[in-house]
Amino acid sequence: MSDASAHAIEHHEPVTSTGIPSKKVLMWAFLGSDCMFFGTLISTHLIYRKISATVGGNSLDVRDIFDIELTSFSTFILLASSLFMALAVSAIHKGNLTSTRWMLLGTIIFGAIFLACQVYEFTHFVYAGEHSLTLSSYAGAPHVFGSTFYVLTGTHGTHVAIGVFWLIGWFVYSFTGKMSTADAIDIECCGLYWHFVDIVWILIFPVVYLMEYAF
Amino acid sequence: MATESIKYLSPDTETEIKTKSFPRPHQNTSGIVNWLTTIDHKKIGVMYGMAALFFLILGGVEALLIRSQLWSHNMDVLTNREYNQMFTMHGTTMVFLVIMPLSAAFFNFIMPLQIGARDVAFPRMNTLSLWCFIAGGIILNLSWFFTGGSPAIGWFGYAPLTDTRFAEVVGDMGPDFWIFSLQILGLASLLASFNFITTIINMRAPGMTMMRLPVFTWMTLIVSFLIILAFPAITIALVELMFDRTYGTNFYDFLEGGKPHLWQHLFWIFGHPEVYILILPAMGIVSEIIPVFSRKPLFGYGLIIFSGAIIGFMGFAVWSHHMFTTGMGIVATSAFSILTMLIAIPTGIKIFNWIGTMWGGRIRFETPMLFALGFITMFMVGGFTGIMHSSVPIDAQHQDSYFVVAHFHYVLIGGALFGLFAGFYFWLPKLTGKMLNEKLGKLVFTLMFVGFNLTFFPMHYLGMIGQPRRTHSYNEGHGFETWNQIATVGAFILGAGIVIGVYQFVTAFFNKKLKDAGKNPWDARTLEWTLSSPVKEYNFARTPIIKSRDQAWENNYGPKENHSEKEPLDDHGVHMPDRSWYPLVSGLGFLCLVIGMLFHQSVDVNTGEILRNYTFAIIGGTVAIFGIIMWSLEGPAGYHLFPKEEEE
Repeated sequence: MSDASAHAIEHHEPVTSTGIPSKKVLMWAFLGSDCMFFGTLISTHLIYRKISATVGGNSLDVRDIFDIELTSFSTFILLASSLFMALAVSAIHKGNLTSTRWMLLGTIIFGAIFLACQVYEFTHFVYAGEHSLTLSSYAGAPHVFGSTFYVLTGTHGTHVAIGVFWLIGWFVYSFTGKMSTADAIDIECCGLYWHFVDIVWILIFPVVYLMEYAF
Repeated sequence: MATESIKYLSPDTETEIKTKSFPRPHQNTSGIVNWLTTIDHKKIGVMYGMAALFFLILGGVEALLIRSQLWSHNMDVLTNREYNQMFTMHGTTMVFLVIMPLSAAFFNFIMPLQIGARDVAFPRMNTLSLWCFIAGGIILNLSWFFTGGSPAIGWFGYAPLTDTRFAEVVGDMGPDFWIFSLQILGLASLLASFNFITTIINMRAPGMTMMRLPVFTWMTLIVSFLIILAFPAITIALVELMFDRTYGTNFYDFLEGGKPHLWQHLFWIFGHPEVYILILPAMGIVSEIIPVFSRKPLFGYGLIIFSGAIIGFMGFAVWSHHMFTTGMGIVATSAFSILTMLIAIPTGIKIFNWIGTMWGGRIRFETPMLFALGFITMFMVGGFTGIMHSSVPIDAQHQDSYFVVAHFHYVLIGGALFGLFAGFYFWLPKLTGKMLNEKLGKLVFTLMFVGFNLTFFPMHYLGMIGQPRRTHSYNEGHGFETWNQIATVGAFILGAGIVIGVYQFVTAFFNKKLKDAGKNPWDARTLEWTLSSPVKEYNFARTPIIKSRDQAWENNYGPKENHSEKEPLDDHGVHMPDRSWYPLVSGLGFLCLVIGMLFHQSVDVNTGEILRNYTFAIIGGTVAIFGIIMWSLEGPAGYHLFPKEEEE
């Protein structure tokens, strides 16, 4: 909400039946739905990992191309970004606009580092020479791992990218002089989304990466 | 809406500022702009309904072509590919473009009135949902005009029928159109459902506790939850399929390690809750109508709602009963069989509650009640055959036979469509302010009831003696002809009934000869009947304070302490949000994005390489995002209305 409409809004701040702002209920409903999106993708990945471990005698050891150090680093970065996000939400509630702005920027940068790692990783996998992992094959032979891997982690990456653009929107908005504590609920929803995307990665990282080393 | 009764104050200066930086149509605008930029849930409901009735006729024509082809043995009305296209388009149209949007039309129009709200929680998102639905309908039906024509893969799109290597026509685009139209229709349903959930949870009038909500509103809530939890499964399945077809992944490619079986699981994890998404709104409508026409409160209100919730919950645990013959193993098959049998219990509870409501009531057999009674009886027939299918050995016999066709048409026409028609006859007077012609309504009911039973009852028998479904003709000597001919005659009678009914609904908005309805023509019970017909654009001049479950009835007949009260009108009047162009802009953006994705591939004539050109898709996506950004910047803005007291 901008200052211009503050007068009209003040007298019509909708009183909701539950006391929870409608935008927050909407965001929770969306996140519930998003759980099912990722649930479907993760199940697909796990099912194929079990039943299609080999195709035409071509067994798969993705440890040959996985760079677990890099992925651990980007995981850490993504988790750390959640701290910035939480601080941004806290700052806007207190009306501290400067702090909000810089915490948003921190979240954006860490999100962008995560995305850069993922772009590097994807490129590296596709051009890994004899161990090339593409959408349809591994090391030159047809396989499902590439399909499930790229579509699952790519969907997560898309979520992060949407989050980064959303945050950039708020970052830019913070320079217009219109930002106020009235925007706290919107930034809080943004934060809910961001934390959720992080939590999903906490699930994807062990299921897709670590498990390859454990079993 | 009657604007002469409304006194407009000079708009707030704040509103003026907003209007300068963001061009928005004036609140009194009329004609096409009125409909394109509206964010009024009632107008959106009307548009949903009208578009869905159009698709009902379209899907009906496809059904009649199928029935004509099956008139006798080895007919040539349709080729076998055309036949496959017809049943695919018929199924997809009826599920996604008819029953779901018709339910959405009622959700939009009725639900906010029933909870005492002035609109849904996010009016512009609601409009975007409408435009996405229209875009999905356009995309699906555009498929007729491009390579390969419409999809010929069935509404379930089983792999590997969708595999590009097995396409009957080289470069068949049908499945691509099907994938993208379902995606955008899914987006429409998701947006609408997030909105309805928020509205019901957060926008109830004071005193409207959850256990005072009308049953129809409860079913809206349950269906919305089903949609947001079931649609992701098909969305991801379709994304995987799109990757298979466009980028060469192996999700469903059995030659390269994929499993077509996975498609069936993902499809039915969505597909079975979808069945309840289709039927629960009709159950909600019937639960509203039967008490009104029996002049008794609903028997077992809590149980009906609890059963609805249980049905919704268990709907996620029975999907594999569509797959008993795929060889899932004894344990899985038995578990799904038992769960399927259990789901008959809450359904049965509902039916007994409706009978209990009518028991000892003073029943009036007017058109809405006739359709509601038709719903109960016909849905029961479909339910009984459903219980038969839960038994694995019987299901193995019925699989892919006309018995199954009979079963689900009893549920979806005898159930869902009869329920929705009951809703039209019941609530159209509230929309238009005019009573529908009772004689014509009874004629429609008779034609539909007789035609429907003539069409689908013989299919039970045809299935039992072995006629397979999805097969474009049959040979002489099986003894299929007689019953197929009866079914075809019945289908045309049913079609005539539906056409007259649709004609009646559409003309109800223009026909000057119809009687005035007044506030509460049926002596009905719920909150929407305390409002004038047609409902004013602001719904409630003053927010009602709810005191009891059947508020309209209590206001008329109940003790004084049960009468609803009204919140005082403050000096700001009723705040109405402004119209907006941006939902339409975003909707068009999504349409361009989808068209761009459909046509981004071309093959280099010389080298045979696949060329990809995403320009149009990127333009579409940018327009969609631009619309959303502009819409978040423009804010709801709005103006103030000061309705007169007697207008409430």
